Amino acid sequence: MTTTIDRPLTGAAGSRSSGARTTHRRVLAAEALKLRSTRSIRWLLVASVLSILAAALSSALTATLAEAPPPEGAGAATDPLGAALSGVSFTQVLVGVLGILVVTSEYTTGLVRVTFTAVPKRLPVLEAKAVLTGAVVFVVMLAAELISFLGAQAIMSTEVSVSLGNPGVARAIGGSALYLAVTAVLAVAFGWLLRSAIGATGGLFGLLFVVPLIGVLLPAADPYLPTNAGSAIMQIGSSDGVLSPWAGMGVFVLYAAIALGAAAMVLTRRDA
Amino acid sequence: MIEIRNLTKVYGAIRAVDDLTVVVRPGTVTGFLGPNGAGKSTTMRSIVGLDRPSGGEVLVAGRRYADHPAPMHEVGALLDAKATHPGRSARTHLRALAMTNGIGRGRVDEVIDMVGLSGVADRRVGGFSLGMAQRLGIAAALLGDPAVVLLDEPVNGLDPDGIRWIRGLLRGLAAEGRTVFVSSHLMSEMALTADHLVIVGRGRLLADVSMEDMTASASGQVRVRSPRTAELAQLLSGDGVAITRPEPDVLSITGRTSTDIAETALAARILLTELTPVHASLEDAYLALTAHDVQYQAISHDRTDPGRAAA
Repeated sequence: MTTTIDRPLTGAAGSRSSGARTTHRRVLAAEALKLRSTRSIRWLLVASVLSILAAALSSALTATLAEAPPPEGAGAATDPLGAALSGVSFTQVLVGVLGILVVTSEYTTGLVRVTFTAVPKRLPVLEAKAVLTGAVVFVVMLAAELISFLGAQAIMSTEVSVSLGNPGVARAIGGSALYLAVTAVLAVAFGWLLRSAIGATGGLFGLLFVVPLIGVLLPAADPYLPTNAGSAIMQIGSSDGVLSPWAGMGVFVLYAAIALGAAAMVLTRRDA
Repeated sequence: MIEIRNLTKVYGAIRAVDDLTVVVRPGTVTGFLGPNGAGKSTTMRSIVGLDRPSGGEVLVAGRRYADHPAPMHEVGALLDAKATHPGRSARTHLRALAMTNGIGRGRVDEVIDMVGLSGVADRRVGGFSLGMAQRLGIAAALLGDPAVVLLDEPVNGLDPDGIRWIRGLLRGLAAEGRTVFVSSHLMSEMALTADHLVIVGRGRLLADVSMEDMTASASGQVRVRSPRTAELAQLLSGDGVAITRPEPDVLSITGRTSTDIAETALAARILLTELTPVHASLEDAYLALTAHDVQYQAISHDRTDPGRAAA
């Protein structure tokens, strides 16, 4: 009935015939534009890069300037890889908040209703936000980690020589970026599940930092807990009670996949 | 065309929408009226699939909204003007929205011009007044050049100029053959724009009438004061005439003109001490309809005093 109606108001009526429809690619492009134009997200990315660089610089300098090498296990980095990775756990908090905000900012402003009116199937939006957040965090963190490693190498070169060619080093560097990227995706899922920044922050950091306390009570579960499993990829050599690097990453990715699956399920059933 | 069939939406113990069946037709402006909390917004959210109905269904152009391949071309909706990211510019907001449905940049600029936001399109939305936000929301609703336009309380926050602009816009959209469905809690606003009215109260349909019928039902009442009301009432009664006696010496008559009544009284030599045509406004007709369905009513607030409202 409506198809036969003449609509003069449409100066750009041509757009209708040019196959205007909602596709996953278009939703991805739209979400990319939204991500680029959100200040808080840009600042969190900058802060994440600075946190990796600053931690690496300070551990490299501490290790170099200290008169005696720090005692084993004191937490201080003794090589460029350790220095480059020293900022990962704090940065994990930042990228977690970033992933949460990508979603919850739409809920606090009510924008999500506009978004879901444009894309009523909803899942393409969930997918686009997860993919974009993961990809952006991975690329930016990989760059930050590489710069940190090379910088630390330059500072510490006289004492210890570790290069990207050494076994496991490239994997640990790339893996740290992957670990942060998967954390951000997990955060996106928590954002969808809990819809409020405070709720999602509590949920995510509860899972990442409080649940590991279970490991104390249940040593058998310890390697499978999210942070332990995920950080196995940054481990050089094998140690007891830790999964192999890729198995650990697999478990961590599984956590994110389950959270995303749950988010997809509630998102399609719930009122927006 | 929007077909709402037996739509029911329950939130906990509250039936926000209760078995609502309405067809909203193209080519007219349909006003969606009801007191606050009558279920207007819930109905509108259900049309675009934001709320899942507890029962019934809503079809747009014969299909569920979510099943349309390019939904923004079917329905353009303004549900909440403040639903934008305050840090983004109006243009970016619209561009992101347009991209999802494959709508080009040219159309974005066009709707910005259409709603008169060209001068501020690159400013952050956070600094917009409610009136500007409403215009931005209307721009978003028009982006997809939709066959159905859905606006929830669009005149909120608009200045008189903006209100007049919106009236013209709605009439224009309907004249182009679109379905225009506009909610409001103000009858006075609808009286100037709508051709058809859907009135709800406590989630239920109270009236689905053309504006003419509504106007007709609101006028044509004559108030007569006479010492011999009983006799007069008998003489005046007939088909299509309704007579009530609010006071012993007062009749309230619909279906007879005042000339008619005066002539009848003269012929029967009945003295009339008052003969007043009462033009109840649309507002009164509306308030009378919804009086029992207002959710938040002030105590002892006389809503049906004809003298006050006739002014």
